[in-house]
Amino acid sequence: MTDLLYSEEEEALRAAVRDLLTDHCDPADVIARVESGAAHDPALWKPLAEGMGLAGLLIPEELGGQGATHREAAVVLEELGRAVAPVPYLTSAVVATEALLACADEELLGRLAPGRTRAALAVGLHTAPDAGFPAARLEDGALHGELTGIADAATADVLLVPADDGGLYAVTADAVTVTGQVSLDLTRPLATVRLDGASGRRVGDAGPAVHRALRAGAALLASEQLGLADWTLTETVRYLRERKQFNRPVGGFQALKHRLAQLWLEVVNLRAAARAAADALARDEDADVTTAVAQAFASPVAVHAAEEALQLHGGIGMTWEHPVHLYLKRAKADSIAYGTAGAHRETLAGLVDLQAP
Amino acid sequence: MTGTSLDAAGLRGRTRELLAAHPPADTDRLAFLQARFDAGLAWVHYPEGLGGLGAPRSLQAVVDAELEAAGAPDNDPRRIGIGLGMAAPTILRYGTEEQKRRFLRPLWTGEEVWCQLFSEPGAGSDLAALGTRAVREGDEWVVNGQKVWTSSAHLARWAILIARTDPDVPKHAGITYFLCDMTDPGVEVRPLRQITGEAEFNEVFLTDVRIPDSRRLGEIGDGWRVAQTTLNNERVAIGGMRLPREGGMIGPVSKTWRERPELRTHDLHQRLLKLWVEAEVSRLAAERLRQQLVAGQPGPEGAGMKLAFARLNQEISGLEVELRGEEGLLYDDWTMRRPELVDFTGRDAGYRYLRSKGNSIEGGTSEVLLNIVAERVLGLPAEPRTDKDVAWKDLAR
Repeated sequence: MTDLLYSEEEEALRAAVRDLLTDHCDPADVIARVESGAAHDPALWKPLAEGMGLAGLLIPEELGGQGATHREAAVVLEELGRAVAPVPYLTSAVVATEALLACADEELLGRLAPGRTRAALAVGLHTAPDAGFPAARLEDGALHGELTGIADAATADVLLVPADDGGLYAVTADAVTVTGQVSLDLTRPLATVRLDGASGRRVGDAGPAVHRALRAGAALLASEQLGLADWTLTETVRYLRERKQFNRPVGGFQALKHRLAQLWLEVVNLRAAARAAADALARDEDADVTTAVAQAFASPVAVHAAEEALQLHGGIGMTWEHPVHLYLKRAKADSIAYGTAGAHRETLAGLVDLQAP
Repeated sequence: MTGTSLDAAGLRGRTRELLAAHPPADTDRLAFLQARFDAGLAWVHYPEGLGGLGAPRSLQAVVDAELEAAGAPDNDPRRIGIGLGMAAPTILRYGTEEQKRRFLRPLWTGEEVWCQLFSEPGAGSDLAALGTRAVREGDEWVVNGQKVWTSSAHLARWAILIARTDPDVPKHAGITYFLCDMTDPGVEVRPLRQITGEAEFNEVFLTDVRIPDSRRLGEIGDGWRVAQTTLNNERVAIGGMRLPREGGMIGPVSKTWRERPELRTHDLHQRLLKLWVEAEVSRLAAERLRQQLVAGQPGPEGAGMKLAFARLNQEISGLEVELRGEEGLLYDDWTMRRPELVDFTGRDAGYRYLRSKGNSIEGGTSEVLLNIVAERVLGLPAEPRTDKDVAWKDLAR
């Protein structure tokens, strides 16, 4: 039976993560950090991943992880989404971790669990769970080629590279050339990964591992998008209650009240969809349909929420100084990440037998 | 008596005793329902002697499951929804002991059907502006006015009625709540034909209807507050349904899509998938709300359920008419009828399209609900109230 609520433990986890983000992830700091060219914030990752042990949430206890489920990871992602936190949690602690879980690679999982090692799956961020993806060439046991659009590759210690023999290879970062790409989302930057005869260790078959990893990424991205949408709505409501024009609070104009009420309704619905997806993954039941539904719904809502936030903030929302642009850029990039809403609807058409003409 | 405690086991015991004493197979339906009421198993959260046991509301499910398994008759709740969902909680909260004893038992068993005399031609969204007058004459009130959109009025024995008793004070302050006898000679019920061709609702004309003061519910002038209990329960009733996947209006259109490949186009496919996703998410949101209520954590989310439900029904049924192409130009039946129940699935797409237009009007228009969400949930400033300190008789109309 689907459980769409948050348990007391999950609420306690949320409170702890939110406290940490309040101390370490102020919007002004995030803007300063992305300007420095190194988006990833080690001063946040360390207490989050190592201190609280959240990098190992999905990893079994016997490998040094927490043995928790996707429900808890989803709560962490809601909070990270609220703060557009520049940490590789989704890419390393969820996507790369899921790929390694599919391969049952105990060695790397054991290193990822305490958070000191970060991994990235070398598959473009835009790739949907059931889409094809480029692979590196394997020649005489060495990997060759260039893979683009790899999220958080710049901060990864290990890259999980699919190769043309059908295998997934673990390659250490110092064996490849990682070059940052100028990215729309400043807080989750992309990079190209160039392999010039890099040696790697085969950890398993790429096909099922990548599918599982991208499906988990898509499902839990919905929770990150929920956090993002929730923040933009809350912040916009707060601002419109204070901001005065025509001698009254701007939030009192009915045209704006109705837009915010509609947005609230979308966020309420997104919460149900995101919880359903996290719960379905945790129980491994109905996960394909629930993931496709959550992603088909979440992306337009998160983008709408961020776009409304910008418009309703007026001029201040258009400035570099105000953080709303970070949310808009994250939301728009998220609408492509792990497959667009349209791609997920197409998947759904097959799953629920609503075939195209 | 074995089952004396008010836990699940106790209620299961009491239900089995009821079934043993009144085997459903050999008991008249009404007699069984009356016995169930008298055993306190009608609505277990009601007080003893009024069909309940003062038990937690969540335990009703235990009783219902036992009764269903035994093939016991139910009280056909859809037929008497206004009585169960709106009149009963209001009578329970504001009624005198005598009123509760007189009305709740036949209300619950369905012997007496109830209707609601609230909306008027001149008081829709602004219900508190209502103009039906009740004037005191000795121990009676003499009522004159017109009510509209009254479902079941032609079947009802009783009505919950709000009327203006003091026109000289601001509109909310001058209203009183009554229980009106629909068999009174001054009550005239006329069917109100709607755009679907049928008449689900009625207009009710009240001409010198005499209501004894003993059938006033609550204090004189306190009717608006009393009516809040009725209206809050209406919103709970509308939001509380539990559906399987494809259980709502998306079901028939999905079925047509699967069975009729010749109707498919790329444009319709994209729109259908989008609505399918929204319907599924809406279903999950309703399920989440239900889980919150069961867990004792009611949130403000309920306020949004009706908004989503109305828009989706309208968009899905609109798509369905279009999908049917040439057949979408036809309509199943314009005959003027008086259905007892609203049946969305037993009719064609065209009926669903037309009927669902009412979903964003009945029980609070979507525009008013958006204001409620904005003000009560988001805390945004309220609409300017120019009528607040004006006597009802001086309002613009």
